[in-house]
Amino acid sequence: MDVYLPRTLPEALELKARHPEAMPIAGGTDVMVDINFDRHRPTALIDLTRIPELAVWRREDGHIFLGAGVTYTRIMQELPGLRAWFQAARTVGSPQIRNRATVGGNLGTASPAGDALPVIAAHDGEVIMISARGERSLAWHEFLVGVKRNALHPDELIAGVRWRTVRGPGSFSKIGTRNAMVISMAGLCLLLDEEARAVRVALGSVAPTIVRAAEAEAFAAAEIARAGAWDDPKATLSEGTLAEFGERVTGAAKPIDDIRGTARYRRHACVVLGRRALAWALADRRG
Amino acid sequence: MRVRVRVNGEWREADPWEGTSLLSMLRDELGLPGSKNACEQGECGSCSVWLDGELVCSCLVLAAQADDRDVRTVEGLAGDGGLHPVQEAFLEAGAVQCGFCTPGLIVAVTDLLAQDPSPSEAMVREALSGNLCRCTGYQKILDAVRLAAERMAPR
Ligand SMILES: Cc1cc2nc3c(=O)[nH]c(=O)nc-3n(C[C@H](O)[C@H](O)[C@H](O)COP(=O)(O)OP(=O)(O)OC[C@H]3O[C@@H](n4cnc5c(N)ncnc54)[C@H](O)[C@@H]3O)c2cc1C
Ligand code: FES
Ligand code: FES
Repeated sequence: MDVYLPRTLPEALELKARHPEAMPIAGGTDVMVDINFDRHRPTALIDLTRIPELAVWRREDGHIFLGAGVTYTRIMQELPGLRAWFQAARTVGSPQIRNRATVGGNLGTASPAGDALPVIAAHDGEVIMISARGERSLAWHEFLVGVKRNALHPDELIAGVRWRTVRGPGSFSKIGTRNAMVISMAGLCLLLDEEARAVRVALGSVAPTIVRAAEAEAFAAAEIARAGAWDDPKATLSEGTLAEFGERVTGAAKPIDDIRGTARYRRHACVVLGRRALAWALADRRG
Repeated sequence: MRVRVRVNGEWREADPWEGTSLLSMLRDELGLPGSKNACEQGECGSCSVWLDGELVCSCLVLAAQADDRDVRTVEGLAGDGGLHPVQEAFLEAGAVQCGFCTPGLIVAVTDLLAQDPSPSEAMVREALSGNLCRCTGYQKILDAVRLAAERMAPR
């Protein structure tokens, strides 16, 4: 096995072009488990933890760019204003895991249970990929093509994700068998986009990839409009409307039975997560 | 491959297999068996160390990733003056049964108290969620954290 320790992005891209089979390793929280258990023995590894270009985030003309190498701990420390991101980051693993694990690694692994992924989806994020040939980007749903499969080419690295800033409240919540250090059985990110007067809902762990609950989104936006709550944050939705929203959210799920939970339980979890998330968002607007 | 790493203040060198974890390098090549190997998948925290000042599971760090970096292990906590206050507190509170989880917990608790000298019980539980005690002696461990926090509080 060869290990490369590049110190700049151009150096890393050149290595990846010359050794497309080499596996990038960032926080190692997925890669090392496979190596330790001999599930996968890559012929070569490229360490990405010394590349400053990947470990940055910035605001740029109404957008936010989050570099692939930013860890969950840093998201919590440096981006507390991004509520849904903060909440998702806090639910990942333990402090030890969050200090190492990166958003780029979550995209690289492309597990339907990746907690950053519903947040990226709800923000309509695009994934920026980079190689010695240049840069390209794909919408999140074009990037995440299946269970643990993404659209990255062998000579590319993930540079980061980018999304248009969303004005309005939002949250991330997940269901698991304990309160911390747990892989999600169902996860949900909800955002109220006050400018577009839209509601955005993305679900994790309940389909082969992340899904948006488009029908529920349209329903909620229309109900908020009907109640006059876009203009008057004091206006509320009835319990019945919130419950119906939850039912419509679960309509987007295509869950399976697995070791973490049954499809039936996951469908129920989506109802509850959806209803609560919309109620929280409206309560946040009431202040 | 050759790895040069500063461990507990001292530059050390080793020549482990390329796929080796920092944990295995510490234990098998550098003679530092304090960090324990229990799960090798980031679940139990018994391998906790500091890498450039950050609490990590050393089983999930590739040894080569620590090259040219600073590592602090549980062996680095006790000084000439004796045990670290967190170690003392674990002894006094009876927070050690078989002792296998103890080094990792000592490191994690020391890290927590450095960031938050008087954490609430909920904060302690969240901060220690990555450390498992298979003897399930959690109550005494929580007692030890409280004792250490009291002892270490600036007067
Ligand atoms: C104990 C434990 C608990 C966990 N809990 C959670 C949890 O609660 N929620 C959750 O979502 N995940 C969890 N995970 C999984 C893991 O921590 C996440 O998927 C994390 O985001 C991976 O990031 P990493 O930097 O460690 O990735 P690595 O392991 O370094 O890499 C993962 C994959 O991404 C690729 N990759 C990494 N960076 C790039 C890049 N810039 N360009 C191209 N490819 C890249 C790698 O080649 C590899 O295929 C847990 C893992 C462990 C061990
Ligand atoms: S041995 Fe590293 S977390 Fe269990
Ligand atoms: S004391 Fe035995 S594992 Fe914790």
